[in-house]
Amino acid sequence: MKRKLFGFLRRVGFLILVVWTVVSLVTILIELVPGDPAAAVLGDQATAEQLAQFRARHGLDRPPFFFGFPRDDGGRRHFRWYGYDNRYTDYWVGILHGDLGSSFRTDRPVIDLIIERYPATIELAVAAMLIAVAIAIPLGVIAGKNRGTWIDNFLSVIALVGISLPSFVIGPMLVYLFAVKLGWLSPSGRFDWNDIILPAFTLGAALSAILTRMVRSSVIEELNEGYVRTARAKGLSERTVVYKHVLKNGLIPVVTVLGLQLGVLLAGAIITEKIFGWPGLGLLLVEDGIGKRDYSVVQGCVLAISTTYIIANTLTDMIYRWLDPRIRVS
Amino acid sequence: MSRLAIIGLAIVAIFIVVAIFAPWIATQDVGATDLAMRYMPPSAAHWFGTDSTGRDIFSRVVFGARISLEVGIVVVTVSAVVGTTIGAIAGYYSGWVDRILSGYLFNVFLAFPGLLLAIALVAFLGAGLNKLIFALCIIGWVGYARLIRAQVLKVREYDFVQAARALGAGDFRILFTHILPNAIQPLIVQASLGMAGAVLSEASLSFLGLGVPPPAPSWGVMIEEARDLSTLQAAPHALIFPGLAIALTVLAFNFLGDGLREYLDPRQRRR
Repeated sequence: MKRKLFGFLRRVGFLILVVWTVVSLVTILIELVPGDPAAAVLGDQATAEQLAQFRARHGLDRPPFFFGFPRDDGGRRHFRWYGYDNRYTDYWVGILHGDLGSSFRTDRPVIDLIIERYPATIELAVAAMLIAVAIAIPLGVIAGKNRGTWIDNFLSVIALVGISLPSFVIGPMLVYLFAVKLGWLSPSGRFDWNDIILPAFTLGAALSAILTRMVRSSVIEELNEGYVRTARAKGLSERTVVYKHVLKNGLIPVVTVLGLQLGVLLAGAIITEKIFGWPGLGLLLVEDGIGKRDYSVVQGCVLAISTTYIIANTLTDMIYRWLDPRIRVS
Repeated sequence: MSRLAIIGLAIVAIFIVVAIFAPWIATQDVGATDLAMRYMPPSAAHWFGTDSTGRDIFSRVVFGARISLEVGIVVVTVSAVVGTTIGAIAGYYSGWVDRILSGYLFNVFLAFPGLLLAIALVAFLGAGLNKLIFALCIIGWVGYARLIRAQVLKVREYDFVQAARALGAGDFRILFTHILPNAIQPLIVQASLGMAGAVLSEASLSFLGLGVPPPAPSWGVMIEEARDLSTLQAAPHALIFPGLAIALTVLAFNFLGDGLREYLDPRQRRR
């Protein structure tokens, strides 16, 4: 029990450490902008007064960290201690109060923008996962049951193509086929219930290919087990044997991969959302953030996506350890 | 080696030859626009057709291989060198050095979604080929580091390492002339898979407008330019050919990597 608790605490401790690193990284990212961020946002036409106002409003006139190496009048750098009055502390105090600053463009609170867009991204990731599972289970079972035949080989090639084709190739091809040629679905946006089909399929394609391969090898492994022989000897139909007995045991590793992939889907949604104009976090990051040089929005999006990713992965890991004690031992 | 690995090797060889001899293979000037010839389907004059500004897609795909190869080689080399050095130090010294490096640094990098980190870096640094390469190296090194650390941990226990130590060899000499040459074999597998990853990431970032800026014939840029509805309707080939080029290249490096892994370690052969 003591060891279990220690392991749990260690995991939570590491989670906190990673999130702290991510937040620190995000706060210093703005220092990477070449030149003056205020000038980059406001453009060449801005007067010195406008620039100063902008800097003051977004705290850009304050030191970035506890200490720094500013240049003196002679142009030489010197160490200087700023104390707690710096942007890094501001950002942390903000986060702890649920405040991620305001948009450089619209002045709206970044946290509001993120909360507005978050559901669309989760919806897309979950739909992608459902589609991937719906494709992978039957295909994987068929491939595993027909191991070594042309059906298996054919499905393996399809899975490999699915893994290799990036979403920004599959997506526009689907748009061409289903929106331009057939006119069945709309090419972009999130208005009708069926608008999610193309983006979810695009995002889930690679996952469905990975899962198909996993289900296949799981089925092959389980088919060799003794309980399968028993089930068959009892006179159960092949269908019952495969779907009720084999699949139940074979799906354990698949469930883990699914959990770990939720994070990957959230990060991958950036490209899919851009292709289909799907109004989630990814589109907020790429169009409103990066496209308009709204650095505070970029910081907020990176923070939101990466923390979700990290928390999803840690939870999956914990649940898996709890479900399957063999992992704990090894 | 398996049949798939040989196919992979063949495609990789073609990709490298095309990238190196691009100026001789391309049939037209990559930048030359000709609005009278826009959206032309594949023909004898334009093997892969033309795009929305009448540029020859075949020539652009050929030159795109150059950008992909350049990014791939630089990213894999830099990541491998940095990763090997850090991984070797972590594995050789173990103790608190290893706890900081592999316990904290590696895990933090592995816990973070790689593409997002690259996007964030380029978003703040500004778009461009060098910045893209820098961002991909930042996310790429940790895979090599983890691999080499595990290898070094294994090799440093071997008798010949103990013998070298007994003969009075220094840490640097033991690590670089005795341990690393015996630990480096799996690196070749990782490098092949790394090429696939780098080609894909370059295309992804260029697609998002964060990589090589537009008139350059990067495959990602070509796809981004070909995906607006009017181009899709008039010239789907403008999307299909660069898309195929990316898919084939990534597939080939993955085949090659898997084949090399099986070749080097027969225990991992697929059932």
